[in-house]
Amino acid sequence: MTQLVAKDGGLPVGEGEATPRARHRRGKDGRSGNAKWLVVLYLGPAVLLLAVFIGYPVVYSIVRSLFDRSGSSFVGFHNYVSVFTDPNTRIALRNNLIWVLVAPAFVTGLGLIFAVLTERIRWAVAFRLVLFMPMAISLFASGIIFRLVYQEDPGLGLANAVTVSVHDIFAAPSQYPGVLPRPADGTTSTSDGFTTVRTFGPGDVLNLPMVGMTPNKLPAQAVPATPVHATQGQLSGVVWLDIALGSKINTLGHGKKGMPGITVQAIRNGTVTATAITADDGTFAFPDLAPGSYQIRMPASNFAQPFRGLTWLGSTLVTPVIISAWVWITTGFAMTFIAAGLAAIPRDALEAARVDGATEWQVFRRVTVPLLGPVLLVVLVTLIINVLKVFDLVFVIPPGSTQADANVLALQMWQVAFGPGSGGDLGEGSAIGVLLFLVVMPAMLFNIRRFRRER
Amino acid sequence: MTTDFLVAGVAGTPRRGPLTRATALLGSGFVRLILAVIALLWLVPIFGLFASSLRGEADNATTGWWKVFTVPAEITAKNYQDLLANSTVMQSLLNTVYISVPATALVIGIGALAAYALAWMRFPGQDWLMVIIVGLLVVPIQVALIPIAKLYGDLGIFGSLLGVVLFHVAFGLPFAVFLLRNFFAGIPADLLEAARMDGAREWRIFRKVVLPIGLPAIASLAIFQFLWVWNDLLVALVFADPSSQPITVALQSQLRAFGTNVDLLATGSFVSMIIPLAVFFAFQRFFVQGVLAGSTK
Repeated sequence: MTQLVAKDGGLPVGEGEATPRARHRRGKDGRSGNAKWLVVLYLGPAVLLLAVFIGYPVVYSIVRSLFDRSGSSFVGFHNYVSVFTDPNTRIALRNNLIWVLVAPAFVTGLGLIFAVLTERIRWAVAFRLVLFMPMAISLFASGIIFRLVYQEDPGLGLANAVTVSVHDIFAAPSQYPGVLPRPADGTTSTSDGFTTVRTFGPGDVLNLPMVGMTPNKLPAQAVPATPVHATQGQLSGVVWLDIALGSKINTLGHGKKGMPGITVQAIRNGTVTATAITADDGTFAFPDLAPGSYQIRMPASNFAQPFRGLTWLGSTLVTPVIISAWVWITTGFAMTFIAAGLAAIPRDALEAARVDGATEWQVFRRVTVPLLGPVLLVVLVTLIINVLKVFDLVFVIPPGSTQADANVLALQMWQVAFGPGSGGDLGEGSAIGVLLFLVVMPAMLFNIRRFRRER
Repeated sequence: MTTDFLVAGVAGTPRRGPLTRATALLGSGFVRLILAVIALLWLVPIFGLFASSLRGEADNATTGWWKVFTVPAEITAKNYQDLLANSTVMQSLLNTVYISVPATALVIGIGALAAYALAWMRFPGQDWLMVIIVGLLVVPIQVALIPIAKLYGDLGIFGSLLGVVLFHVAFGLPFAVFLLRNFFAGIPADLLEAARMDGAREWRIFRKVVLPIGLPAIASLAIFQFLWVWNDLLVALVFADPSSQPITVALQSQLRAFGTNVDLLATGSFVSMIIPLAVFFAFQRFFVQGVLAGSTK
């Protein structure tokens, strides 16, 4: 009897309502005399508050939206035209569209998957508790939580810390970010690395002094570089870090260390013909080079800046990032709602399908999902309403520089009417409010129809 | 006959052949692993906030919170001490209580009276009133901000606790009436009839029969409404002034310089979460029921 939500997971319904109500009406005949003032007494406060705080504002907003920002002159639908032409509001409209199309469907799907997967897990209750927990905390606090997660510096934000670690597993970071050959030593810098201007042949020796890092950042295996002597039939050289206190530039000595692990390429007529890697003392050699003239290149990958992760809160990713926070908050709700619906599916139907030889996937696809249809629809509609009202997350997560890119109508309404700076336009603010009201109207009618059907 | 929604849908393993069972065992091990990872994914962000609140301003500006595992010496209660000494934040925390408690109590009182009338009295337009209330469930508060701001300005209560509370009460009512009426209507008529036979009037029936039986629904409503108001930012952002602002509003003013305010923002946010999390864990069932029923709000 304490069941608040109908078996199909729909709106709460008192069970066995029709019967007691019918009986009750008969039993009440004797009291209609005092009912009128009594009804007013019981209903009065609620009706008064609803009329003043919801009824009157809807009417007032509709009227107010037809006047200019100060309310002194009638402007017709001009405010609505502004909503659709003002670049800020257009971004908000676009983002609202993205939110509505992507987020509720994604969360409903995720909720369905989790509800089904947890069906047979012993610790399902704990799992659902964990996923439901974000519903208890404020959207503001959730916003702070995800603002922390998505900080751009991979040393601070968890998302980028993970992104960088995963990236570096597949593409090891270069050892010498930002290092370059000493200027004007005869190399040119192109997008694919540093290439010598001169050409060399077997028997030649190259000296490649480098700058752009401090000696203490060199890899531990680096040892002092030694001059390389010319060898017959072999093109060789040494790459070293040309930085030491009180030394002469472009010369070895003073404990200047070689740079191990640098890839060096010999290029002939634009194609790479041989590749070598520098040893711990910075030396490299191309032993079996055919006679001819070669350019030597150190590819850019040697000196690539480390991958710093993604600009999560930049203008392109900020909306997906806020949606991910919303997913974190609402998935527990969707899962729990759908699980309640799942529990109401007759076990016989599933068993019958299994007995007929259906695989688990077929049972899911052909029996579970169709039977859950109405519940999924309720979850979807509920989430769409919720999405349209998202304010706090968009207010908190983006930094000031990209808040305009993340804007949604619910936030834009506040900014236009109450926000610092541009605020104070009560005409356009009212128009956005009315627009939001109109957008939730279909959901309102959906709820009313469902309510009447359930009676 | 209580349904615990967190348990709902958790069924025993269905009967299957040995081969399917073997593959299912492997599969379910995989499923378990995935679910464990997902649960971790849900917990880590909250833990990150907590860990950040335990680290000093300088640490938070230079390294990530996961350093608490490798450098536990960084852990400090200083942020919490600073917060306790910050009179603006402490006053705003009190304001959050001053707003949430009356807004919850009033919604229950006013909502229960109206729900009783709708469930057990008879008057013209009754069904229409119920339909209107269902419709009002989804009205976005944005539509009321400007009109009520003007009304409050005229009445001279703009910026007061009263204004914030009344707004929350009004927007909490559709759900309160809706939830309680449905629950009250499910109470067997015989119980009310019996009380009436004993000479009880409406008030007495309401107090002695309907309210006690309706307690589970009232509990769900109370928890839902309380957390809703406690967690609000937008309503207070518009209607409160610095003397009546709740903690969410007090903290949002520090957002502009997020990087240098992590100590205050993380700590303040975590403190503001303590009550909601305590309520959540203490009254899971009522909370989940309330949220499932009130999700359209």
